[in-house]
Formats: sequence, C-alpha cells, structure tokens
Amino acid sequence: MNWLNRLLRRAKVEGQLEKELRFHLEQHTADLIETGVDAGEARRKARIALGGPEQVKELCRDARGTRWLEDLLHGLRYAARRLRRSPGFGVVAVLTLALGIGATTAIFSAVNPILFEPLPYPHAGRVMMIWYRGSNGARVNQSFAAYRELVERSRSFESIAVFKAMQPTLAGPSEPERLDGQMVTASYFSTLGVIPALGSDFQSADDRINGPNVVMLSDTLWRRRFGADATIVGRQVRLDDELCTVAGVMPPSFENVLAPSAEVWSLLQYDATLPPDGREWGQHLRMVGRLRPGVGMEQARSELSGIAATPIPEFARQQGSTMDRGLIVDSLQGDIAREVKPALLAILGAVVLVLLIACVNVTNLLLARGAARRGELAMRAALGAGRLRILRQMVTESLLLAVLGGVLGMVVAEFGMRALVALSPQGLPRLDAIRINGAVFLFGLGISTLVGLAVGLIPALQASGGDLHAGMQQNSRRMAGGHQLARRTLVVVEVALALVLMVGAGLLLRSVERLLAVPPGFQTSDLLTMQVQTYGRRYNDANSHRFFDQALEAVRGVPGVTAAAFTALLPLSSDNSGFEVYAAEIQRQSDGQHVVANAMRYAVTPGYFETMGIPLVRGRLFDAHDIGDAPVRPVIVGESFANRNFPGQDPIGQRIRLGGLRQTRPWDFIVGVVGDVKQASLALSQSDAVYVATDQWLWADRTLSLVARTRGDAAALAPEIKRAIWSIDKDQPIVRVATMDHLLAASEAQRRFVLTLFEAFGVAALVLAAIGIYGVLSGSVTERMREIGVRSALGATRGNILALVLGQGMTMAGVGFVIGFGGAVAGSNALVTMLFGVSALDTATYAGVISLLALVSAIACFAPAWRAARVDPSITLRAE
Amino acid sequence: MSEKYDLPQGTLDLLILKVVALGPVHGYAIAQRLQQVSRNVVQVPQGSLYPALHRLENRRLLAADWKETETGREAKFYRLTPKGRKALETEAAGWQRLTEAVGLILRMSEGGAE
Repeated sequence: MNWLNRLLRRAKVEGQLEKELRFHLEQHTADLIETGVDAGEARRKARIALGGPEQVKELCRDARGTRWLEDLLHGLRYAARRLRRSPGFGVVAVLTLALGIGATTAIFSAVNPILFEPLPYPHAGRVMMIWYRGSNGARVNQSFAAYRELVERSRSFESIAVFKAMQPTLAGPSEPERLDGQMVTASYFSTLGVIPALGSDFQSADDRINGPNVVMLSDTLWRRRFGADATIVGRQVRLDDELCTVAGVMPPSFENVLAPSAEVWSLLQYDATLPPDGREWGQHLRMVGRLRPGVGMEQARSELSGIAATPIPEFARQQGSTMDRGLIVDSLQGDIAREVKPALLAILGAVVLVLLIACVNVTNLLLARGAARRGELAMRAALGAGRLRILRQMVTESLLLAVLGGVLGMVVAEFGMRALVALSPQGLPRLDAIRINGAVFLFGLGISTLVGLAVGLIPALQASGGDLHAGMQQNSRRMAGGHQLARRTLVVVEVALALVLMVGAGLLLRSVERLLAVPPGFQTSDLLTMQVQTYGRRYNDANSHRFFDQALEAVRGVPGVTAAAFTALLPLSSDNSGFEVYAAEIQRQSDGQHVVANAMRYAVTPGYFETMGIPLVRGRLFDAHDIGDAPVRPVIVGESFANRNFPGQDPIGQRIRLGGLRQTRPWDFIVGVVGDVKQASLALSQSDAVYVATDQWLWADRTLSLVARTRGDAAALAPEIKRAIWSIDKDQPIVRVATMDHLLAASEAQRRFVLTLFEAFGVAALVLAAIGIYGVLSGSVTERMREIGVRSALGATRGNILALVLGQGMTMAGVGFVIGFGGAVAGSNALVTMLFGVSALDTATYAGVISLLALVSAIACFAPAWRAARVDPSITLRAE
Repeated sequence: MSEKYDLPQGTLDLLILKVVALGPVHGYAIAQRLQQVSRNVVQVPQGSLYPALHRLENRRLLAADWKETETGREAKFYRLTPKGRKALETEAAGWQRLTEAVGLILRMSEGGAE
C-alpha cells in the first residue's frame, strides 16, 4: 500500500518538499547574484520566478496520490477543533442526529429479519407455505388428506410437510413442565433444510399410524432439561406420560420461524389410508413445501391450482373439502410477514420522517452557522482555498457531525431495539433474530454518511457560493437575506413532515380509542383466567371430567372468588388448539332443509355465561342437569349464529349437530341464545358461536381455561386459585395465568405497538419542528434588529412589532400546514389497514393535529417576537 | 527580449523526461536546462515544474535520491526509471508525428487543398 506508506511518511515528505524548494530558491538567488544582481533583488526575482511557495506546495501535494486522504485528515482535525470551540451547537446537532439515526437503525433492526433478510435456511426462497383458499381468499389450514394427495401428485415440490402445534408435558425429577412443541410429518426438517446436530432426522418409515414414539429435542430444551448430555440420543424421555425415544437434537442455530417457541417435535403418525371419519380429514394442519431447484413460485401455483381443480379417483375428496376454491402458495417469508407488513412499513416510514426532520433541523443549524462563518470562509478563499476545497471542508464538518451522531446513534439503536423487543406485540415473527448485526450496522453507517452529505451540502453550497470577497468586507448580518429564505423553506418542510407524522399518530390514537370502546360481549374486569390441563395415562375422559369438576369446586371455595367455570376456548386469549371451528349441521324446522354452517365451538361448564357476564337473549343456560348422556343434549348458540341461520324464526328447539358430517349421533337441540362475544380481536366480528357442555362433547378436552370472577384484585388471587387446583392433583400443569383485562390489551397489542411508536415519533417531530421555528425566527430577529429599531423609532408600537414577527413565523407554519396536509392525505392511506372505525381523512383528527401544531408553533414564535417587541431603538440604532 | 511562448499543453512532462534522461539532475538544474536549451523562447513556468516532477515520480516514471551537488549541498536528484524511458520513447515518437503532421498542414500552399 504505497499511498498508505507515504501517508505515514507524510512529515518526512513534507520536509523534503520544503527542502527541495528552498534549494531551488537559494540556487537561483546565488546564480542571479553571480550575474551581478543585488542580493535582495536576487531573492525577490527568484521568488517571483518560482511563484508563491505555498501554492507550489499545494500543487505538489495535489500531484501526489495521497492528497484526498491528507485533506480528509486535515479537514477532520479542523472540523473537530471547530466543534470543540462551539460545544453547544455540536451537542445539539450530534444529539439530534443520534436520535434520528438511532431510531431509524433500531426500527430497521426489527424490520430487516422479517421483510428483507433471507430466512436462515438453505435456499430459503424455495420454501413455500401452501394453504387452502377459504372464502374471501382467507388462508385456511390443510388436512392430512390434502397432504397425501399433493405429495403424490405435485411435481413442483421436492418435499412437503404438514404440522400442528402441541403442548406436551415433560415429566422429570422436579415438577412437570408444559412445553411448546410441534407434531410434524417426517419431512418437516428436510423441507426447511436443517439437519439435527445430534442423532438423525425423523425416518419416514416411523411416520405411520401406531409407529414408534420418537421425539426431536431443541438445543435449549436439551441443555435445560438434559444437561447437554450427548448420550441422550436413543434414550427414552416421558412426554405426556408416554415413553418416547430421542431421535436427535436440533442445532442451536436452528431458528424455527413456523413455531418459534417449539422445543420438542414428534411425528403426526396419521393414517395414510385416510379412514373416512378420521382426523385425517380435519383441516387443522399447516403445510410447508420446498420447491425443486429451478421451479418458480408461479409455476408451482399453476400446478397446484390444476391439481385442486381436477380430483382423481385415487384421491377421492370428502364433501366440504375447501380445495374446491383452489390453493394458495406463498413464500414462507411472505407468509410470516404478511400480517405485520403494513404495520412495519408504516413504522419504517414514520421513523424515516423523524430522521428527515432531524436532518432538516441540523441543516438549519449549519445554515445559521454558515451565515456567521462567511467572514472566515472569505478569508480562506483569499488565502488560496478553491471553492471545491471550501465545499469539501464544510461537508467534512457535517460528515464528522453525522459520524459522531451515528456512533451515538448505535447506542440509541441498541437501547431502542431492546425497547422494541420488550414492547413488541404477540405474533411479531423472528423476534429472536432482531439484533444489531452486520447488516444493521452497515445500514446505520450508510444512513449516517447519507445524513452527513445531506445536511452538509445545502449549507456548504450556500456558504461557499456567491461572492466571498464581499463577505470579507461586509458584516455577515446584512448578507443574510438568502440564507433566511433557505432556512424558512426548511422550516416549512419540517412543519409539513411533523404534520404528516402527527396525523398518522392521531388516526391511530382514535382507532385504538374506538376499538377499546367496542364491547367484547362480556365483563372483562375482575376476571382471572388460566389454562389447566390433564395429562398422562392416569386420565381418561371420565376422570378428566372428574378432575375439572373437582378443581372447579375447589376454586369456587377460594375466598374472593364469586363465580368460576371452565371453557375450551377463551375469548381474546389467542390460545388455539387447532380445534376451534366446526361444521354445524342444522335441520331447519320451517322448511326441513339441511344447512351446514361454520361456528366456533365452545365446550363450557355450567356457570360459564354467569361467570363471564355473557347475557342470555332467549331460552335457558346450561344447568347442573346437562351432564353425561342426558336424553336431550342442549346446545346454546350466539346471537349472530341464530340470526344468520334462523332468520325470522325462533331458534329454540331447532335441531343441530356438531363436529363433522355424516355422523351417526342423534340430533341435539338449541335451548338458548346468548349475546355475541369477540373471540380473536375486538376488531374482528367472528361471532358465530356454538356452546356445548364439556362433558357432553364428543371427547373430553384435556386443556381448558379457567375463568374466575373475583372481588377486588383478580391477579392477587392467582396463587390461591392455583393452590386450590393443585389440591386435587399437584402434577397438572397450569399455564398462561392472566387477567382478562391483560388479555384484552394483548389482543390489541399490534395496533397499540404501532400507536406507541407513532406517538413517540410524533412528539419528537413536534419538538423538532418547534425548535426549528424558534431557531429561524430568533435568528431573523437578531438580523433584523436594526430594521425593527427603525420601525419602532418611526412609531411602530410593540403590538405592531409582535404581530410582525408572529406573522412571519405563523406564515411559515401555515405554508407547512398546507403542504403537510397534502402529504398526510397521501400518507395516511398507508395506515388504512391499521385504522378502525375512523376514516383516513378523519376531519376531527386533522383539525386536532393542525390546532396542536399551530399552538406549539405560536409558542415557538412568541419568544423571538417578544424579544423583538422589546427592542429599544435608541440602543440598536446607536450600535450601528 | 524576444517574444516568449507558453508551453503547449502536456509537453512539459515530455521535456522533463527528456532532460532527466541525460542523467540524474535536480529540479533547479532542470529548470535552467529547459531555459537554455529552448533558447529562452519557451516560457517554463517554474511554479508548475515541481508539481510535474512530483506527478511523474508518483507515476513511477521518475525516481529520486538525495545527493550532494558539486557545491556540497544536498539536493533531490531525479533519474529516469525503465518505465519512464519507455514513456519517453512513445511520447517523443508521438510528438514527432504530431509536429510533422502540423508542419505538413502549415506548408500547404494557398488553394492547394483540393
């Protein structure tokens, strides 16, 4: 590295250059003296012949290749010196940039693994999710039957797997632990392209009905429960009271984006002969496939839609198979990002706006300094600095600011990222992949550089342009007209950007308000919930029911509990077992017609409606007689279900049958209608509900949610209630203990998350815009002191002057409002998917935001205006 | 004093290479020699001599050593590198062709362009 070498020898090279030129001058002088010229005159002639030694040196330095680096170092040293001399400016500028760069980098760190970074699998672009297409294009779970058909018929995929969640309980020396896991086909890991670190992958020969019990462990589970024992492979562990052989351990690097919390995997072992009434037909499996090399997504789509449209006899489909509507093929990355993408892009957009505002503010600061520096710059130009050189110096200074801001910004980003992860709503994919990695670091560095160039260029052009010599002769204050225009323009931009951000925040705020005003259909306060499970061999359906009955009795005996019940499906809990939605077959009395409708199935114990506070609309609720094989098994339906399926009729007494078609069981009867309940989210109206008594359902649900109505603080009763349940059987795991209010908040967490960020960004934008207005106006008042003095000397009142300055400031704000209004109208379209009950052009939001911004602008204007109004003409005029 | 001409663009490097080709020489001597050889017709701007020397050194056409002059002073002596010699040959040949062509054009008689 020759130039580097020379750079290091810089001092020596400089010395030699000096020596070389001196030798030249002395020789020339000596020669001239020899020809009889007087010594002084000779020295003068020699100097003139050579030219200015400094200029010659400059040119020589230019001729060497290291020039740019030397200049940069020199420029940086100079810039650092200048910064040290005005620490106030430096601190404000660096902090502003650090916040902007840090916030942007933090958001990028969260968005990058979801939207941009490839998933951590080999050829991740070939991994696809395959769904049934539901009505209105919804993505619907697949059945095992569909899996069998696609594996046999499709040529686009080299491997397909189906899987579902499980929550097995692992027995051990201490108390049993309930784990998150997945039941998968043997092809699951190879489809993702990962292989176990220990042992071997699942064997397809084992993936059959009544096959051997084998499990795969995650690295974390292996370390936590088995002390990272390498001999674990082939040994047996007790999972849900079954002995299972450990097939292998996944590597620590395995990131399972399809079920991030899964720690254990077992085989589905469904029946490949597809018995007609088997679970093989249930639509409760997700499907992932790996495309063959060279096969594109479009090709796979058209192949699968062809298969969906042409059933063949070998794969006879059951009635109601949703393959009729075709299949959806989407990349795994697109699929996991789908739900959160609009929110993430909106947040990314918002933070970029904040960064822009921060840049505009710093640009403004630099412009103000540029105006004050004209004298200095004129001096530098006079001493031989070219315009480019001055430009470069100024950009070097802004780059130094940006790099300092960037370094500090990385610290901000680190904290911001942690806050984001802590705040992040449930369902944000790839949470573990959010970190400051190389890509994020490069991003931060990149935007710092861009910011440095962006904030430096306008002030540099401003300051280096024009007639610098004039600057030397004149006082900088009088020269400032042009800068004021640029600065005012920037303030207008700033106000406009702030308005866009704040309108976004305002719309989201109103959405969340509206949303939380939606009645969930039951009383959420003073309600404690927890998931209770029976596991193991000692429980069959009968004693599982007994356990829940006894547990309920014990809970009802806890002081402070006023009512309690169990339900298989808890509203707003986001628990899902994959068994929520059932086909309900109805025989209408009026026309005798059979109707099939989908509904959420709630298996509940008597007392559930009373505990939840769900109102009875017609008929009756469950009571203590609705147990076991009573001759009439009662069903209670939600209001929407009743209205949809029995329009204009009395649903009471109508025949209904749940849980799949062509069953042989007798009809059940609707005995009551209750109010609708929000199941998944306040924003969604999936309210077709069907309630059955837990011990009259087809099987005993092993996982039920307890709901307990309490007096006073619900959360405080949790330990006592758990003790009461464990007094029946101390080995049963209890998980997800939460108050209903907490669940309600969590169910709206994504909107709230976006809202929180928008609020934070909106406040930052407001403050920065206010500082911008204040700064410019304040500078303008200082520059116009003389004019203001003249005006008041000529009879302007304080009121006139106040109005003059306020008017100037508010004009900037007003122009900003107009531009920002347009921007906000365009920008709020990006938020549409996150709004609820409020239009993207909500008048009240716009009016509120503009009023708030106007108020803050007025306050920012007032201080400089007040100062102007108090100008004493006799003092300002004398000062000139 | 006779009229002096500015050096045509790009010829300074060529002239320097030619002077240095005669043997190691320092900057002042190069200036003197250019002045003498061109019989004071060509104005060699001394201010651009040194940047040119440094540029040629940077391009490895020249190399330099510090040596004593006859008067016992230390000076920076430039000499031609093999690469410099090659460059001198091609550029000199190029210059030759150019001047011949220009000369031919200038010698054309009026109206002899047909």
